[in-house]
Amino acid sequence: MNEHTDPAQPGGPYQPSAPDQPAGPAPSTSGPAVELSALRRDYVVRAKADGSRLRRRRVVRAVDDITLTVERGEAVGFVGANGAGKSTTIKMMTGILQPTSGQVRVLGRQPVPERRLLAREIGVVFGQRSQLWWDLPLRDSYRILAAMHRLTDAARDARLERLAEGLDLTAFLDQPVRQLSLGQRMRGEVAAALLHSPALVILDEPTIGLDMVSKEGLRRFLREDRTERGTTLFLTTHDMSDVERLCERIVVVNSGTIAYDGALAGFRQSLGAPRELVVDLAQPRQVLELPAGAEPAAVEAEGIRHRIRFQGARLTVPALLSAIGAQAEVRDLSLAEPAIEDLVRQIYARGPGSVE
Amino acid sequence: MLAYRRIAAASFRQYSTYRMATAAGVFTNTIFGFIRASIMLAAIGTAGGELNGYDALQAATYVWLGQALLAPIEVFGTRELALRIRQGDVAIDLLRPVDLLGQLYAAKLGRSAYLLLARGIPPMLIGAVVTGIALPPDPLSHLLGAVAVMLAITVAFLADAMVNLAAFWLVENRGLTTVYTAVMNLLSGFLIPIVWFPDWLLAIARATPFPSMVQTPIDALSGRVAPLDALPLIGVQVVWVVVLGGASVLMLRAGVRSLEVQGG
Repeated sequence: MNEHTDPAQPGGPYQPSAPDQPAGPAPSTSGPAVELSALRRDYVVRAKADGSRLRRRRVVRAVDDITLTVERGEAVGFVGANGAGKSTTIKMMTGILQPTSGQVRVLGRQPVPERRLLAREIGVVFGQRSQLWWDLPLRDSYRILAAMHRLTDAARDARLERLAEGLDLTAFLDQPVRQLSLGQRMRGEVAAALLHSPALVILDEPTIGLDMVSKEGLRRFLREDRTERGTTLFLTTHDMSDVERLCERIVVVNSGTIAYDGALAGFRQSLGAPRELVVDLAQPRQVLELPAGAEPAAVEAEGIRHRIRFQGARLTVPALLSAIGAQAEVRDLSLAEPAIEDLVRQIYARGPGSVE
Repeated sequence: MLAYRRIAAASFRQYSTYRMATAAGVFTNTIFGFIRASIMLAAIGTAGGELNGYDALQAATYVWLGQALLAPIEVFGTRELALRIRQGDVAIDLLRPVDLLGQLYAAKLGRSAYLLLARGIPPMLIGAVVTGIALPPDPLSHLLGAVAVMLAITVAFLADAMVNLAAFWLVENRGLTTVYTAVMNLLSGFLIPIVWFPDWLLAIARATPFPSMVQTPIDALSGRVAPLDALPLIGVQVVWVVVLGGASVLMLRAGVRSLEVQGG
């Protein structure tokens, strides 16, 4: 199979991984954590065409020209609908999938040929798959994983103590994994991925199926661990609150391309999505004079409640409030931010190729 | 090395958690041992007390050793790796910093150790009490027997791994497993001793790794083959370990490569 040259491989001949890889080049500690350039991945799908008995080969492009650099210590939320290319990208980053074209570098390594070396430096959680030993007490999985990662017993115990405390595992460390609840098991999975103190943590749907309390506990620890160790975090999720609580940067993928890439803080403003101020007046009033950048959205309760839409970039809340206060007495107010879900949907609606 | 030892130990414990399954296995193995023993003893009786070198006691020994080895060798094949490949869980195994075949072999050794002790030995002891078995007094036979069992487990593991690894290319490899198991059960000498085969089938069997999985360890343990004659048989086992080991490494590499290239 070594003679098999793959036209899809731009970076020279493929080097098969040796049966037992040597220590290899030492992990690099400088340079970006993740570098994807012009990354593309096609799948060949063989399916029956309508009205034909022959199976036709069809090429499906799962990832189309993704270029992305994640610096060390960053926390990136990688967001997109089902089939947007998130999992395919993660598979290429972890070395279980060869890109059709383009370059991948993770912690300075080429993931496919250096997969097993890379496995020592990254921690991966696939929310849908388990890396724990099903029939054995949770603790046993960590003993095996620690040996795989060549941790000393002392290092393992210290780390496990920290993980057990932070992820609240102590109560069920000695229970077989099959008896754990989903929330407990997920925390166990995250601990398994973090046991060897990886420089890069890749989480694929880590909070899927979890209740609010479990989600919150998991997020809190991920933040703590990041603060303590400066870990790089790469997270895919459907749950926008994961991104809001864990990430400073959001990357939205749509149809295999990056539709948005920027700081989470500026996400709403850069999209020009309006915020909404709801004021309840002491006396009913049909019309309020609004400054530039604001417009009435609705007047409810016979002139008591006014919904006002305004551009956060052009008008501050205090300025808007003082303009209203000059005309009427405000009894109550609330401010609604556009949900990230809506913003992501807005990005989708604009279609691919609208990179900011 | 420590990682492999821990995997083996974990696999041993993992199997030991299913006590009811173990008890059911012992029961089934014992019943089938009696069925097989009675058929063979009837055949030997009809043949006039000896059939192709097996007398009644040797035949009973053959049956009970076979029943003891059935579980640790996993004569009926495994499906776990094929399922992990099909469902994509193999990605988890590949993202561990330890060689996949090594992980699997370590798990197999731990599992086999448990299955031999808990599921293999008890039916044999029951058989020894009921029909009697003849084990050689020579400690050298015991030593060679132990080596042959270890190698048989290894050969069976590698061949079974290759059948499972076919799942990288086949959407459904259950058909392959069924065919493999049928051929293996016959040609390994698990159903009847291979020396009872017609010459042409014996020649075919001897050209395959299958006798190395069952017939050789039984012959070495039972002392039916003298220690000096067992050595070449063990040599054949070693050759098959090397051949199948190399083949499964190549197959795994090709499978991972096709996963990388085609996705899955």
